[in-house]
Amino acid sequence: MSYATQDLFDVLGPKGRRKSNIAGFVTITVVALILGFIVVQLYKSGQFAAAKWELFTFPLVQREILETTGSTLRAFATGAILALILGVLLLLGRLSPARWVRTSVTWLTETFRAIPLLVLMMLIYYGLPVLGATFVTPFIAVTVGLAIYNGSVFAEIFRAGLNSLPKGQSEAGAAIGLRKGQVLAVILAPQAIRNMLPAIISQLVVALKDTALGFMVTYPELLYLAKFYGTQMQYGSPIIPAAMVMGSIYVALCLALSYVAVRVQKWSSSSGTPKKVKRND
Amino acid sequence: MDVLLNNLDLFVLGFANTVLMFAVSAVFSLLLGVVIGVLRISPSSSMRAVGTTYVNLLRNTPLALLMMFFALGYPKLGLPALDYTTLAIIALVLYTASYVAEVFRSGINSIHVGQTEAARAIGLTFDQVITVVLVPQAFRNVVPPLISVFIALLKNTTVASGFSVMQAGAISANMSERGENLLATLLWVAFFFFLLVMGLAAVQRKFERKWAQS
Repeated sequence: MSYATQDLFDVLGPKGRRKSNIAGFVTITVVALILGFIVVQLYKSGQFAAAKWELFTFPLVQREILETTGSTLRAFATGAILALILGVLLLLGRLSPARWVRTSVTWLTETFRAIPLLVLMMLIYYGLPVLGATFVTPFIAVTVGLAIYNGSVFAEIFRAGLNSLPKGQSEAGAAIGLRKGQVLAVILAPQAIRNMLPAIISQLVVALKDTALGFMVTYPELLYLAKFYGTQMQYGSPIIPAAMVMGSIYVALCLALSYVAVRVQKWSSSSGTPKKVKRND
Repeated sequence: MDVLLNNLDLFVLGFANTVLMFAVSAVFSLLLGVVIGVLRISPSSSMRAVGTTYVNLLRNTPLALLMMFFALGYPKLGLPALDYTTLAIIALVLYTASYVAEVFRSGINSIHVGQTEAARAIGLTFDQVITVVLVPQAFRNVVPPLISVFIALLKNTTVASGFSVMQAGAISANMSERGENLLATLLWVAFFFFLLVMGLAAVQRKFERKWAQS
């Protein structure tokens, strides 16, 4: 990333340095003005008043926030695992030798990706009970919605990962007498997974963010709690403090996952270079 | 079919607003996104830092949370009143701009380093390297992923239904007041989204095919 960025310009001379310093100064000033204005407005409207934050000092509230973070993570983890399984199944469908399986799975993947996740969750939560499926809980709606949408995205990522491998790999596998499934499992998958890992993890970040949609199907996750605390009249309806607290938790969780993605990307690109083979002679 | 025909007013209103929100957000997020993309590749380290912080922060914030800040938080700030649709559009623009900036930046980075070096060797300035050499070449690498970002934007407009904005995602809530079949309603909504997304995807494929040949 920084490699290509650095190559866009020479080492700056005295004139260029001055220009760049001025531009940097202007940018920082503008950003500082915008941020300052927001903070002043927040302060003026009394968002930093102790009364609005008092709610979050209660141990009971803190425990509830912690538990809700847990249920956000639970929905995410369940949805992600289901999505990975579905992704593999859809991939196998697309690799199937039967043409009708291939086309129908392709259409299915395209359809799942085209429907907004929120509509998908509402379909499961409000739509399925019409058919008599009364067992649908908010948790099921969120996780199955996440699984269907992200599963179809994973299927595409997996397919792109397999297609990026040189054709000689599968041909060589076939040449030494491996069956199609063995070529996939023994030759292609191990190589492709390393290439795909960064894409998979950034899609997982998307899935983690999307658990926030759960509050619209009444799943008690962090935003649901923010809205609930934000409407507590006796504490001055602290919706902005509540959104700040829950927001920081969400951002921290997503940043942690993104950080893993960056590390993995560095690891997979650095270990891609051939290593010296030890000789024992 | 009856569910659709008897409530055509709701469906037309909902999808008209979705398309409107989409179009307005697309234009503004493109503008803001290019500005932030330029910040990210600028020679000034403080500009780069601002761009990187913006992208990292916004890309790791759920859109629903951003909308909650604007839809529920903004009216409490004592600033000039804005309606929910405008506030939702602001949230969509801020969110989508971070994705546009990344597409722009990776488009520029996808151009072979030799191009930049050659441009610098013949004495072009940084501004000229970007505008005369890189952007025209990066354009074809940028448009297809940009359409993907816009497809996501179109789907993301539904998030606004949590904050009393009438658009396609909110049709079902209104339909349940009319006592209509929710399954059929939501299937129709999903179907129309499918059509809209397929339309955008067809445009994307057309560009990809056009530039793959040349």
